[in-house]
Amino acid sequence: MLRRTLLATAAAGLGLMAAGGAMAAGMDKVKACFVYVGPIGDGGWTYQHHQGALAVQEAYGDKVEIQYQESVPVGADAERVLTQMALGGCNIIFTTSFGYMDPTNAVAAKFPDVKFEHATGFKREHPNVSTYNARFYEGRAVQGTIAGMMTKSNKIGYIGSFPIPEVMNGINAYYLAAKKVNPNVELSVVWAFTWFDPAKEADSAKALIDQGVDVIAAHTDSTAPLAEAAKAGGAVIGFGQASDMEAYKPSPRVSSIIDNWAPYYVERVGALLDGTYEQSDVWAGIAGGEVLIGDITDAVPAEVKAAAEKVRDDIAAGTLHPFTGPIKKQDGSDWLAEGATAPDGDLLGMNFYVEGITGDIPK
Amino acid sequence: MDFGGINPVILIASLMVASVPILLAALGELVTEKAGVLNLGVEGMMIMGAICGFITAVHSGSPVAGFVGGALGGAALSLVFAFVTQVLLANQVATGLALTLFGLGLSSLMGQNYNGIKPPLTGALLPGFLREIPVVGPIIFGHDWMVYLSILLVAAVWWVLKATRLGLIIRAVGESHEAAHALGYRVRLIRLGAIAFGGALAGLGGAYISLVRVPQWVDGITAGAGWIALAIVVFASWKPWRALIGAYLFGGITVLQLNLQAAGSRIPVEYLSMSPYLVTILVLVIMSSGRGRAALNAPAALGQNFHATR
Repeated sequence: MLRRTLLATAAAGLGLMAAGGAMAAGMDKVKACFVYVGPIGDGGWTYQHHQGALAVQEAYGDKVEIQYQESVPVGADAERVLTQMALGGCNIIFTTSFGYMDPTNAVAAKFPDVKFEHATGFKREHPNVSTYNARFYEGRAVQGTIAGMMTKSNKIGYIGSFPIPEVMNGINAYYLAAKKVNPNVELSVVWAFTWFDPAKEADSAKALIDQGVDVIAAHTDSTAPLAEAAKAGGAVIGFGQASDMEAYKPSPRVSSIIDNWAPYYVERVGALLDGTYEQSDVWAGIAGGEVLIGDITDAVPAEVKAAAEKVRDDIAAGTLHPFTGPIKKQDGSDWLAEGATAPDGDLLGMNFYVEGITGDIPK
Repeated sequence: MDFGGINPVILIASLMVASVPILLAALGELVTEKAGVLNLGVEGMMIMGAICGFITAVHSGSPVAGFVGGALGGAALSLVFAFVTQVLLANQVATGLALTLFGLGLSSLMGQNYNGIKPPLTGALLPGFLREIPVVGPIIFGHDWMVYLSILLVAAVWWVLKATRLGLIIRAVGESHEAAHALGYRVRLIRLGAIAFGGALAGLGGAYISLVRVPQWVDGITAGAGWIALAIVVFASWKPWRALIGAYLFGGITVLQLNLQAAGSRIPVEYLSMSPYLVTILVLVIMSSGRGRAALNAPAALGQNFHATR
């Protein structure tokens, strides 16, 4: 009797091991979890990630289960949420903001069987951490072209969130593209020190408008800067950020950068399902379809639209790089020589303004 | 005309708008405290006003209805405070703090499905040609009706407290509830009215944030404005016109720090961001240094519960 029980237990154990082996090769059902920095109704960054999550659900139906948590603050809270998700049976966790970089790696160390995917970061300290990003600065070059041609006051503005490389790329690309089509252009940068705080974003936009700025680009997540620009009654234009923000068409929203995460999410969850999943580091742009340029409205003249579309197409074709030398840094030192393009390493660690931008970068 | 790249006319015009929420909330709290009740739940009442006003405006399509809804929402929450402190005689400080936490949570729950919706717009009150007048135009004629209403309310509160029988009764209740009771006034009923008025104005201020200044709903939208309003009441030494000055000062610093950034000032952002709060602390220290409670003009019965023994 005792022997029989023992045998049965051993058989069950073997069965479990076989199931474990099958997991490495592929999975029948994947629980994909998403951590968002804002509410899914922000109309921007988080909304777009959530669209990606919904696309995964649509692509695989019953084979995936989606779980997400909104408005997770970066820092200690994020670690708690990630741990909870990993314990709750998530097979793959997408952490969708730069600030989750360290919590993601810390929790990944404790759960080697769970896959972690961190957006916009650069740390992959464990084999189960992958990173993915989009070359938003390519879209900024298109916006800068429109801004430089459209501004009447020659003052353009940028609402920065935090002085991290991704945002620095955006500011510099926006300025360089505007300068190229309009040598007299001046750029004002306001740091909001938040990803999502509509009151503060609106106040920042208002401060820029009060200073005579008539084209505003925002690197924060809500539609508040566009709502503020709309109050100016057509005198001020802006761009949809992260999402199309089509509610503000045709003006003040004259174009937009759309983060298109859906193909990546579908691909990664699919890889986990069929067992081809590997650690990776993806950084695609306009050419890869991760960065889409939203419809350029009739609020801008045809030649501006044509110029912006040319920049977009040239970047997609690889014939134009938004950071092409000669470019000097703000302090006058050389960065890129004539004809040289910025290496990815420089972009991922960018912590300076290019020559011509005034003001200091907060530390 | 410009100082350091900043146009003072535009600065004044925008600080008047930025100050409306804290001005309204401070004015309401001033009346509440004049009646001897310390309600620290201003932040909670403001955010309830913000969400109730937003929901009303979105569904009715009318900003005016939205402001009424906001005032009702703030007043409704303040009645919870009134019940607990005036009927159950609970500690006012603890109840007020709890009210803030309750308001933040409840508003977040109510606002679940209202993220990313646009409320109907509140436009400027006066015709455009008046706004074109240099200097005076943007400062005096360029605002929406709530800005004018907030200033009218300051005048009204000042006049009522100073010159009417109602004001005298409110002040009597706040200075010595025993004496007011002995004279036959219903202390707790009068305080209940003052609390509800304070709640309504805080709600109105909150609705201004979600309907005009942002205009959008998001969790925690008031972002500490209620605490600044409380500081303004002390700063104003319980005088309505000084509350107006205080609100414009605080609102002005907030606007100025963003404008300085936009103008490319070399002052580090961090100092500018904390300056409103530094000024709050400084003012409170100066106001309370070496002077008695009487000089500070605080109502003598502030924060004390009243229970009729006879």
